[in-house]
Amino acid sequence: MSFPAARGFEAALRSGQPVLTCEIAAGDSPDPQDLLRRARTVSELVDAINVPDNTSGIAHLSGLAAAAILAREGIETILHVTCRDMNRIGLQSQLVGAAALGVRNILCLTGDHPIHGDQPQAKPVFDLDSLHLLRLAGSVRAGRYLSGRPIEPAPDLFPGSTENPFAPPYEFRPLRLRKKVEAGARFIQTQIIYNVPRFREFMSRVCDLGIDAQVPILAGVAPLRSVRAACYMRDRIAGMEVPEPLVRRLEAAGSAPERVESEGIRICVEIIEQVRAIPGVAGIHLMPIRWEASVAEIAARAGLRPARAASPRLGAPERVVAAGAALPRPEPRS
Amino acid sequence: MTPGQAAAPSSRLSPLETRHPRLVSFLDRLLRPVEAFVKKPIFGCHMCGQCVLHETGLTCPMGCPKSLRNGPCGGVRLNGHCEVLPDMPCVWVKAERRSRFLPWRGQILRIQPALDWTQKGRSSWVNALLGKGHGAFP
Repeated sequence: MSFPAARGFEAALRSGQPVLTCEIAAGDSPDPQDLLRRARTVSELVDAINVPDNTSGIAHLSGLAAAAILAREGIETILHVTCRDMNRIGLQSQLVGAAALGVRNILCLTGDHPIHGDQPQAKPVFDLDSLHLLRLAGSVRAGRYLSGRPIEPAPDLFPGSTENPFAPPYEFRPLRLRKKVEAGARFIQTQIIYNVPRFREFMSRVCDLGIDAQVPILAGVAPLRSVRAACYMRDRIAGMEVPEPLVRRLEAAGSAPERVESEGIRICVEIIEQVRAIPGVAGIHLMPIRWEASVAEIAARAGLRPARAASPRLGAPERVVAAGAALPRPEPRS
Repeated sequence: MTPGQAAAPSSRLSPLETRHPRLVSFLDRLLRPVEAFVKKPIFGCHMCGQCVLHETGLTCPMGCPKSLRNGPCGGVRLNGHCEVLPDMPCVWVKAERRSRFLPWRGQILRIQPALDWTQKGRSSWVNALLGKGHGAFP
């Protein structure tokens, strides 16, 4: 079975050009056209599309199914895999299944606790954590289940992970990032940045540790669509920091939703411009929470474009991603 | 637990267990309540059977609602409390703070292996003696 040649998120990261990724909602519709319509809004603007795994513990279209639908259309995806709903057996099967469906970029996450979802009664699994999941992806990539049974051919997975610079203990976050890189993360996407000074501090420590030279770090950015959304993020989503001045700016924009939205986009573009200037940032990861239509405007105004547009000969390794170099590389699948 | 069943079937038996199954079973039965009695009130021990207290700032990571053994999740509240139990300080915020006072503070940076659930409830002291206190992988 052959899939359309993926445009290569890994190749984009290696090109040395700033990379742009975007997360879309998997949605609830069993009609693939619904997902594809949303994906096509952004697919030409970005290098890869993140497909979340039941965000906040709310059931949606399966991330693997969504990623497979997009992969079939030749859209490069990054599949979120979390430890919330599956034990290590399920996770291994998920990784091999993803590879079989043409999805090789895996974002290894611990996952949100179901307590924040719409079914808090559910049993959280958390058999593994994100570091174990990265290790597990490394093992699968090397062609072995945890039991030692062979996987042939070894799937050429490209595992990555996340870090949240805005949650305590702040001094430990860069060290935890280093742990993740040691566990096999080959790219990093950060939590949404609203507090730029805090992120700058985090990145300077990351650069001191030399992590930015080992893995590309994509800075997470999201537009604020309304005052309500901003307050919700500030008050209800743990580990999110929305500084008061930003909320006041949105409030000052008036009561018309269009004006608040355009102010939200302006704030987002400003954050992108500040973040891009911080040493060690290899690209931007947009999270337009169910507002995919804003991506085109944000990208245009911030001058963001996919790395593949900047470098037509993608594939020539200029800035080699060194992390995971110690892992045995399986032969690329034909 | 009868002597032959000292370990769950999925776990590999250590040489000591193969040679002296009755002794190992006896030690486990003897030390299990002692360990629980000492560690539960002081460290909030959850008897996972694979103790890493000394590497996590003498804070039991199993108190985390996600049972994270490798550091805090991204959901820690700005006041340092747990996202799931808002009244509880995050065990990893505590672990990180306490580990700074320990002479072996660098240990918190070690990647902890995943739990071997067959060992849950057993004495981690006996498991350490048997060379089984290291989790499942890597």
